[in-house]
Amino acid sequence: MQKSLKRYFPIFAFPTLAAFTIGFFIPFVMGIYLSLCKFTTVADARFIGIGNYLKILSDRTFLHSLWYTAAFTVVSMVLINVLAFTVAMLLTKGIRGTNAFRTVFFMPNLIGGIVLGYIWQLLLNGILANFQKTLTYNSAYGFWGLVVLMCWQQIGYMMIIYISGIQNVPGELIEAAKIDGAKPAQILFHVTIPMVMPSITICTFLTLTNGFKLFDQNLALTNGEPSSMSELLALNIFNTFYGRTGYEGVGQAKAVVFFLLVAMIAIVQTRLTRTKEVQH
Amino acid sequence: MKKKFISMLLAAALAASLAAGCGNGTDNGNGANENAADTGNNDNGNTDTGNGTAENDGALVDKVEGSVYYLNFKPEQAQQWKDLAQEYSTETGIPVTIETAASGTYESTLKSEMAKSEAPTLFQVNGPAGLASWKDYCYDLKDSAVYKNLKSDDFALISDDGQVQGVAYVIETYGLIYNKDIIDDYCEMDGAKIKDVSEINSFAKLKEVADDMQAKRDELGIKGVFASAGMDSSSDWRFKTHLANMPIYFEYEDEKVGTTDAIKGTYLDAYKNIWDLYITDSTVEPTMISGMTGEDAAAEFAMGEAVFYQNGTWAYKDITGNDVDDDDMGMLPIYIGVGDEANQGLCTGSENYWCVNKNASEDDIAATLNFLEWVVTSDRGRQVFRDEMGFVTPFTTFTEEYMPENPLVAAANEYIDSGKTSVPWVFSTIPSEGWKNGVGSALLEYAQGTGDWEAVKKAFVDGWASEYSAVNQ
Repeated sequence: MQKSLKRYFPIFAFPTLAAFTIGFFIPFVMGIYLSLCKFTTVADARFIGIGNYLKILSDRTFLHSLWYTAAFTVVSMVLINVLAFTVAMLLTKGIRGTNAFRTVFFMPNLIGGIVLGYIWQLLLNGILANFQKTLTYNSAYGFWGLVVLMCWQQIGYMMIIYISGIQNVPGELIEAAKIDGAKPAQILFHVTIPMVMPSITICTFLTLTNGFKLFDQNLALTNGEPSSMSELLALNIFNTFYGRTGYEGVGQAKAVVFFLLVAMIAIVQTRLTRTKEVQH
Repeated sequence: MKKKFISMLLAAALAASLAAGCGNGTDNGNGANENAADTGNNDNGNTDTGNGTAENDGALVDKVEGSVYYLNFKPEQAQQWKDLAQEYSTETGIPVTIETAASGTYESTLKSEMAKSEAPTLFQVNGPAGLASWKDYCYDLKDSAVYKNLKSDDFALISDDGQVQGVAYVIETYGLIYNKDIIDDYCEMDGAKIKDVSEINSFAKLKEVADDMQAKRDELGIKGVFASAGMDSSSDWRFKTHLANMPIYFEYEDEKVGTTDAIKGTYLDAYKNIWDLYITDSTVEPTMISGMTGEDAAAEFAMGEAVFYQNGTWAYKDITGNDVDDDDMGMLPIYIGVGDEANQGLCTGSENYWCVNKNASEDDIAATLNFLEWVVTSDRGRQVFRDEMGFVTPFTTFTEEYMPENPLVAAANEYIDSGKTSVPWVFSTIPSEGWKNGVGSALLEYAQGTGDWEAVKKAFVDGWASEYSAVNQ
C-alpha cells in the first residue's frame, strides 16, 4: 500500500502541482522580481532595485486607501458576521419555510461582483437622487454603499457555514445547560458560541480577506471616485499599474506589500481564533 | 498493465504538446526566412498600389505571409473594422484579427496584449504623451505608404532623430454642438438677446444668451441650456481634457511654446468662468454630475432637452436619428473670453495615431503595412471610412468625394473655409493621465461644493509640474 502510494504520487499530484506552479508560484516569483524593475509590459523589465518601494512611501493615495480598506474590512467583517450568525440562529429554530429563507439569503452570493456593483450603483443612486446627490458625491457614501453591498452578498454564504456549525452543537449540551438553569443568553454565550468557534474562525477569516482583497465591487460601484477617495487597496494597485505611465513597477511593488499585509493579518487572525476553539 | 497504459498515455500527451510547440517554432522559422524576399516584393507592391488599382492589391499581397492583429481604440467602430478586415482577408488571404478594447481600458488592454507572444502588430497611441510609454515598440513608418500619403508632417509623430513613430488616421473637431431649432425659437421670443446664432461670438455673449435661455427654459421646453457636465469616466474627459485644452492653448500662445514642463495657469479664471456656466445653466443640479455619463449628455441633446453640448464630430452617430434633425445641428467654438474671439475657430486635431509594433515578425509587419495601405488607398477602404466610420482623415488619398456626410464635419469645414483660426489639440502635451484625473476630481469637487477652486488651481499648476517630473525622470 505504502509502496503503491509512493509510486502513484506523481500521477495524482502532478496536475495539481503543475497548476500550482504555473498559476501561482511562477507568477508570484516573477511578481516579486518585477517589483524591483522598471517596465512597460512584463516582457521588457529592467532591474532598478528598490526605487519602486520608495515611491510607495510618497504616494498619498496608497496610504489613504490603506486606511480606507482597513476601516472597510473591520466594519464589514463585524457586520457580516453578526448578521450572518443572527440569521443562522433564526433559521435553525425550525421556523416555517426555513429552506426558502435560506435559499433567498444565499442567492445574492451567486451573482458576480461586477454585476452586483452596477445593480447597487443603480439602486443607491436612485435613492440618493431624491436628495440631489450621487454615490460618488463623497467617499463616505461610497464606503457605506460598499458595506451594504458586501453585507447583502456575503451574509448568505456565512450563514450557511454558521448553520452547519450550529446544527453540530450536541443537543445534550444545550439540554444539560437548560437543566442547570442557564438563561438563553447564557446558553448562547457559554455553550453555542464556544462550540461554533471553528465556524467563526472560518467566517472571520473569509470576510477579513474578502474585505481586504475586494476589487470588482469597488470598481463597479464607485471606481474610486471622487478623487480616488473611495479606492480600496486592490483597486489602487490596479490603477497605479495600468493608469499611470512609468508606474507599472510601483504598482507591482504595492502588490507585494499588499500580499505581505494580507498574509500577516490572516496568520495572526487564525492563530487568535484557534486558541478559542473547543476540542470535542 | 494498467499502469503502463497510463504512463503511455501521459507520455503521448506530453509528446503531442511538445510536437505542437515545435511545429509552431518551425513555422515561424520558415516565415522569417522567406520574409526578406517578401518585404522586398512588398515595397514594390506599395508603389503599385499607390496608383490605386484594386486588382494590383490582390495580386501583390498574395506573397505576404504574415498576419495582422489590430488592437482598435474606438468601440464605436468595432464592428465596422471587423467587417472591413474580413473583406481584406477574403481579397488577399492575409488573416486580420481585430480586437477592440472596452471604452476607457485601452492602455491596460494594450499593456497586457503587448506582453503576449501574439502581440498586436498594429496599435495606437493618443499623441506625444501616450507615445512616451510605447516609443520603444514603434516601427519606423518612414517608408510606409500611410506616411507617404499624409497631407503633412503635422499629422505624424516624429521623434527627434527623424523616426516616424505614429501616423494620425483621423482628424476630429470639437466645440459646442448646438440645436439650431431651439435657438431659432429663442431668437423669436420677446427680449431675446440675439437675433441669430451667428451673433454668439464671444464668451460674454454666450453667457448672456445662456443665462437668459436658462431663465426661460420652461417656455422653450428644455431642461437646461447645457447638457449635463457628467463627471463619470465616460464623460469627464470632455472637461478635464478637451475643455482644459483652451486655457493651455492660450497660455502656449502667449509664451510662444508648443509644450512646457511647468504650466502657469494664466487663464484659469477663464476656465472657471466657462465651467461655472456649464454647471449652472445645466439640465441637472451640480451635485448630480458625479454620476452622469456620456450617454446621459448625448441623450439630453438628442432629445432636445438641452441646447448646447460640448463634444466633437465623433458624437454625430450618438445624437443623430432622434429629435434633432441633422440640419439643426451646428457647432460653435468654445469661447472662454480670452484672445481674439471674433476669429476663434473650432478645436481640430487628432489623438488617434497608428503605430506598428516593431517587435512583430517582419512578415507580420509587412502584412500590417499592407493592410494599412489597403485601408487608405483602396476604394472599399475609403468608402467604409466615409460611410460607416464617418472619419475625416489626413491622407491625400481621401479626396473631396470621400468626405463623410456629417453636419458637424460640415460645420467644422465652414469655420476653416471662413478663415477662422483653428485651435490645435494641445491637450496631447498634457504630461499624464494622472494630471487629468487630478484636475477632473478637483473640478468635480468644486462643482459639488465639497471643494474650492484653489484645489483646481493646485491640481492644474502643481500637478503639471509634479506629473511632468514623474513621467520624464
